[in-house]
Amino acid sequence: MQEVCPLTTETDSLIAERRESIVTSGKHKTSISCTSDSLAGSVSQRACVFCGARVVLNPVTDAVHLVHGPIGCASYTYDIRGSLSSGTETYRKSFSTDMKERDVIFGGEKKLAACIDELVEKYNPPAIFVYSTCVVGMIGDDIVAVCREASQAYDIDVIPVESSGFISGNKVVGYRAAGEALYKLITPKDGEFVDKTRKLNFLGEYNLGGEKWVVERYLKEMGIEINVAMTGDATVEALKKSSGSFLNLVQCTGSMHWLANRMEEDFSIPYIDINFFGADNTAESLRKIAEFYDDPEITARTEALINREIAAVREVNEKYRKKLAGKRAAIYVGGAFKAFAIIRQLQDLGMEIVLTGTQTGKKEEYERMGRLLSEGTVIIDDANPAEIEKFLIEKKVDVMAGGVKERFLAYKLGVGFIDHNHDRKDGLIGFEGAVRFIREVHATTCSPVWKYLREERGGTE
Amino acid sequence: MPDSNHTSSNRTDTAKQVNENQCHMCMPLGGVIAFKGVEGSMALVHGSQGCSTYMRLTNVEHYHEPIDVASSSLNEKQTIYGGEKNLKKALDNVRRVYNPKVIGILTTCLTETMGEDLNRIIASYKAEKGEIYTDIIPVSTPSYDKSHTEGFWTATRDIIAHYARKDIAYHRKINVIVPHISTADIKAIKLILDTWGVDYTLLPDYSMTLDRPFAGKYAKIPEGGTSTADIAEMSGGLVTIQFGLTCEESISPGHYLEENFGVPLINLPLPIGIGNTDMFMDALARITGKTMPKNLGYERGWLIDAMADSHKYNASARPAIYGEPELVYAYASLCLENGSVPSVIASGSVHSRLAPALDRLLEESDCDEMPVILEGADFSMIEAAALETGANIAIGHSGGRLLTENHDIRIVRAGFPIHDREGGQRILSAGYAGTLTFLDRFTNTLLEKKHSSYRELRKQELLSKIAAVTETGFTTE
Ligand code: SF4
Ligand code: SF4
Repeated sequence: MQEVCPLTTETDSLIAERRESIVTSGKHKTSISCTSDSLAGSVSQRACVFCGARVVLNPVTDAVHLVHGPIGCASYTYDIRGSLSSGTETYRKSFSTDMKERDVIFGGEKKLAACIDELVEKYNPPAIFVYSTCVVGMIGDDIVAVCREASQAYDIDVIPVESSGFISGNKVVGYRAAGEALYKLITPKDGEFVDKTRKLNFLGEYNLGGEKWVVERYLKEMGIEINVAMTGDATVEALKKSSGSFLNLVQCTGSMHWLANRMEEDFSIPYIDINFFGADNTAESLRKIAEFYDDPEITARTEALINREIAAVREVNEKYRKKLAGKRAAIYVGGAFKAFAIIRQLQDLGMEIVLTGTQTGKKEEYERMGRLLSEGTVIIDDANPAEIEKFLIEKKVDVMAGGVKERFLAYKLGVGFIDHNHDRKDGLIGFEGAVRFIREVHATTCSPVWKYLREERGGTE
Repeated sequence: MPDSNHTSSNRTDTAKQVNENQCHMCMPLGGVIAFKGVEGSMALVHGSQGCSTYMRLTNVEHYHEPIDVASSSLNEKQTIYGGEKNLKKALDNVRRVYNPKVIGILTTCLTETMGEDLNRIIASYKAEKGEIYTDIIPVSTPSYDKSHTEGFWTATRDIIAHYARKDIAYHRKINVIVPHISTADIKAIKLILDTWGVDYTLLPDYSMTLDRPFAGKYAKIPEGGTSTADIAEMSGGLVTIQFGLTCEESISPGHYLEENFGVPLINLPLPIGIGNTDMFMDALARITGKTMPKNLGYERGWLIDAMADSHKYNASARPAIYGEPELVYAYASLCLENGSVPSVIASGSVHSRLAPALDRLLEESDCDEMPVILEGADFSMIEAAALETGANIAIGHSGGRLLTENHDIRIVRAGFPIHDREGGQRILSAGYAGTLTFLDRFTNTLLEKKHSSYRELRKQELLSKIAAVTETGFTTE
């Protein structure tokens, strides 16, 4: 077949309208075109608003998550994330209203109401999140009204999440929809009072592989308690107490800033941005938190913790740095927040970043990214497989960090792969996550299997 | 029909409303996989970006291959004014990047609800572009109607219909149509056909496209798949063998060829299990007038020998079998012929001929206890039925993993999707040799569980019975 790509540059395969979304870092000040909708026919790695919303809300452990739409939207998101729970496992169930043709023609409100009735009877949950999907948005079901009625009837929170996928292909819009849903849930109702505490909330933390618990331990060592994380291992009851917290930590740029701002305005809770991916980021973040509490005891305990943990990470770093220095890496992840963290960790190992990009990055973020990278690094917004393929080959990449969809493309090209996605089972957060990350980078970059693949493809090593 | 316990849940008015933990997926997904079995083809999902990304992801996680599925990426505006412009642009872009021989367009719930007229849009696209190299085949796949199983059959039928012609001269090649099975099973069926020395066209053949060997170079569209020239010839074929016992006539590709082109249809169950494989061999013997090749006879002999070796273990099994109708039927018959009486037989689909087929099978099998049969099932139903009937093993895809996590009912993985183990595409069950491979996995899963716990269980049970004997010799219960 003539489509065979013999490991050479194939500029023709790039869609002309996508050229603006690919830049090279360096002197030329072309700015990247991003945040537009995905281009039709280009195989985007983006998902949908619904996906973004569900990713954010799903870890609420004792809530029922009901997807209002035809079956597929729910089946594709059935227990897909590695968020852990210390209590109930209701959140791992995938509920769908399973709309049929009849519901599409005559409206799905009745069925939605009946589903809510059934779920309340069976599970008696403290809250139900109702996610709207494309067809629901299209036929104009009034899910807000159905949810309001059910809330009143059962005296629980039934919260509509406006996440019809077609609003945008951009997950960020879904994060916002999730933020609004959370805001509704945590705002005290008339007559309700929430006690003020010295505890903090941890926004944008989903307890993937137990990551929240890692940070919880560090904070405990420092003398600080977490009120609730949003939304890793959160219960509805704990979330409802979040408005009494002393401080909000915000991790992950895209998903939680809107909510943090609302909480600052309404409940006077200040927030600080933190980043627990990578040892240095973790240390900086812990110091920032300690500074905020401004308590000599906390500060001393924080420094002791950091000294001990950093030393452990450094030892591992030094051991593997020898083998990894000079290797060429590519990064293609969901958001810029993650990209920054990975860039820093790989550079710490002496590796060279030759390609980077995100699905949902913003212009300022791309500019900052450009400054972190050496000249000539390719930066792509909303990359498609053809582009990723082209640059992996052209830039002679040794290892790539990304999500599931890119993994096997990398393997087919003899490139190692670091999983940085929502369904991973082992956490990458904090100092211990940094150690695990280094080991994973080494295991995949220096695996003996590439030798055979590279031999097969004619020794491009 | 005997007293088989029929619980068909498609009566959603009276039964439950919520689908809890889905056992099936959506219709265009099946269509995407069918198109991957056509040489040089690309699938384009007409709808919002999300649907197509999810379908890609699901396939990637199962096949562990880079699998491209394009989308027309509709947004809010186009749902009001129509998706024509986006679809045309998508066609342009897919052609430019992939230069495919075939583009299959699958609709989604959204575009079906919008009432998009694909035939008109495609006609207008062709009028604008003039002669193009690419064949464009639209398939209507609304998920609010049917599941991925029916999406697979529908797309396969529409692919044949696109190329079929009355003026094809009759020839001696036979048509072989497979349902949605593993790439390993497609390869096994092809090997059997090759062993018999018959000339055939198998559709859809995704055995290479969704399981590519490392070849030192990377092709955007993988090698392999049934060629469009061969597909066109199917309307003049000698006979069609379709492994589609449960496929409804309205979407059956083999039925379509018979009705419209007079190609006789032999509709068989999948050749999984000895009885079903015998049926396939008998059909080939009748068609070719030859006797079964010797090495297949050996394979049959090894299978029977192994069935005898393991029959007592297998007699202890009460499997819960779930997944797509065709596979579920085949595994149920495999279990029955080995003395493993199914406890639950379930499918997420409601549009199949599974129930009547199972009725016939169970009637012949003379088992003491009848399995619960569930159509339109989700995992809350399957789990409840499995517990009620005392299931002690399961056969099916990864969707049932909570059976293991919550109840230690181990799953012999088979079907789609398998995203929590390696090698979902390599799971082999077809033919005598494939059946034996599967049977060993099944028996060993039983044994593994037995050995991991029987000492402790026996000890507890028997010692507590001894302890319960009182001084005076009466056993209290
Ligand atoms: S809208 Fe329909 S086609 Fe899209 S994912 Fe949902 S069920 Fe599948
Ligand atoms: S129908 Fe909409 S909400 Fe559902 S998966 Fe597709 S894009 Fe997402």
